[in-house]
Amino acid sequence: MKSLILRVATRYLSALLLIFSVYMLLRGHNEPGGGFIGGLVGATGFVLYAIACGTTMAREALRVMPQSIAMAGLGIALAAGLFSFFFDDAFFTGQWLFIGETEDDKGYPISTVLFFDIGVYLVVFGSILTLVFAMEEEI
Amino acid sequence: MSWYLSLPLAIPFITAIFAFFARKSVYGKWISVIGSGASLLASAALMYVVLQEGVIAGQMGNWPAPFGITLVADLLSAVMVVITAITGFAVAIYCMGEITERMEYLGYHALFQVLLAGVTGAFLTGDLFNLYVWFEVMLISSFGLLILGGRKEQIDGGIKYVTLNLISTILFLSGIGLIYGMTGTLNLADLSLAVERVENQGLLTVVAVMFMIAFGVKAALFPLFFWLPAAYHTPAFSVSAVFAGLLTKVGVYALIRMFTLVFDHDVQFTHTLLLWVAAFTMIVGVLGAAAQSDFRKILSFHIVSQIGYMIMGLALSTKFALVGAVFYLVHHIIVKANLFLIAGVANRIAGSTELSRIGGLYKSAPLLGILFLIPAFSLAGFPPLSGFWAKYILVAAAIEIEAWVIAGIALLVGLLTIYSMTKIWGQAFWPAHPDGIEPKLSHMPKFQRWCYLLPIAGLATLTIIIGLFPEPFVTFAERAADQLLDPTEYVTTVLGERAP
Repeated sequence: MKSLILRVATRYLSALLLIFSVYMLLRGHNEPGGGFIGGLVGATGFVLYAIACGTTMAREALRVMPQSIAMAGLGIALAAGLFSFFFDDAFFTGQWLFIGETEDDKGYPISTVLFFDIGVYLVVFGSILTLVFAMEEEI
Repeated sequence: MSWYLSLPLAIPFITAIFAFFARKSVYGKWISVIGSGASLLASAALMYVVLQEGVIAGQMGNWPAPFGITLVADLLSAVMVVITAITGFAVAIYCMGEITERMEYLGYHALFQVLLAGVTGAFLTGDLFNLYVWFEVMLISSFGLLILGGRKEQIDGGIKYVTLNLISTILFLSGIGLIYGMTGTLNLADLSLAVERVENQGLLTVVAVMFMIAFGVKAALFPLFFWLPAAYHTPAFSVSAVFAGLLTKVGVYALIRMFTLVFDHDVQFTHTLLLWVAAFTMIVGVLGAAAQSDFRKILSFHIVSQIGYMIMGLALSTKFALVGAVFYLVHHIIVKANLFLIAGVANRIAGSTELSRIGGLYKSAPLLGILFLIPAFSLAGFPPLSGFWAKYILVAAAIEIEAWVIAGIALLVGLLTIYSMTKIWGQAFWPAHPDGIEPKLSHMPKFQRWCYLLPIAGLATLTIIIGLFPEPFVTFAERAADQLLDPTEYVTTVLGERAP
């Protein structure tokens, strides 16, 4: 689509959507949000870019094949699940690390749950873009 | 304990990831073979534990049942997982000969492994919604495998396949919603207790029939089978072998599980319905096969017909009949996958699967002839092959409770099965090739020949072993049937101290 307005607007909107998607991802642990919805919002950014500037440009901007992103995401999610093996817990049991934990402060928590969510984000992001790019290119 | 249950699931996913990133190199297919071998080991370990300790259950993420996702393995689940791994391993070797570099580049091996993971997951899960998720995993990956390569008839078959399966999925999901509304739980073990407390038992039967239709589409039961012969003759032969061996059997497994564990409140209605469906499935499938003239289409219709036998075992719902159903499931997966693999070899050396356009296989490739005869006769139920015992147990079980009609139908369908097997034999193997060529196995490169013939010979050996030494397998099936008929152990293992 050759629309100057759309192309200029897309430049800002895509960036905004991508930042917002990361916000959604990180917020998701205790509040509405999470990897799935974050991945969808993030993919929307690139879909918009593909509509405005064409899939060739969008693929260039993405640098990596969307299939590879999805598969890497699957790998991260799986690794997060398998991690509990080393702690003698069941598959996918969340493992927590509290950085700077003191007696009255729990510190800064990092968990395998977050990595699982990042994996989901990438799987959704990659597979949606695979589908949309393929459909855009057929037409 | 739970890792015995998780590993047969995790390994195919790990393999899929590595196979995807190695898809441009020559290592992709080897990763697929090694991964399948590793799943075989993991599922053998699972089988060993289940044999030693009875039903085992694992709570994923340590969320206790009935709130979290439970993986359960009783003997039926364990044997299905093992047989999935065996089929997966055999076909992974076969793929090295068949799959072209282009299809590898498109991600064939990754999709194949994800499909195996989906099938394994469906056999292991103890949660109804999780079962739905595994069905989706299977559906998406199998659709990908069906249309990989993008020929016109592949797209045609793929659309029919995916549309009908989506309808079944929607029914399944609606059924899940309704039963959750009535009982407040989706954990299978918990459900089996909760259904007794439902006030409106009539409504429960309605939901049972919804599940029956949903799984019936997956299992290709009459009258919902027509997507199967429309799709199974189009993809690569290794793909259709896995589909033929495993996909419909997931539907059968789900039916057996649901109608022994959960929906056993109105046996008079549901199981009579199943018995009628089984009879029609057997007859229509075998008659459909008689009308076909394509190697793979004949075999596809035979899948439908054979599904009828397993459902017959479930519908009669005596212990002996369930023994037959379990035995039949295992026998059928091995034999059917093998026949599709043989069709692939016939296509490779004779140039087609259309029976009128090939011939001369017996004279120029006698080894293939023998390898075909073993599963073909086993399918028809010739002694001393595995199919004989499977059919014998089922027919004996029907006669035992004086269900003469279904016993007669089962015998008649067996006879008609021989008819279509001799049709393949009489057209593809005996007469000379219409183009005058001599299809020889030695025309294939040596590596490809080994990749093609090793898995076929291996599966044929399994058929013979089960046929000659049925005793341990029958004893095993008896124990599995005991567990199905009396789910107390299943329920107490899953629910722990929550069980009554």
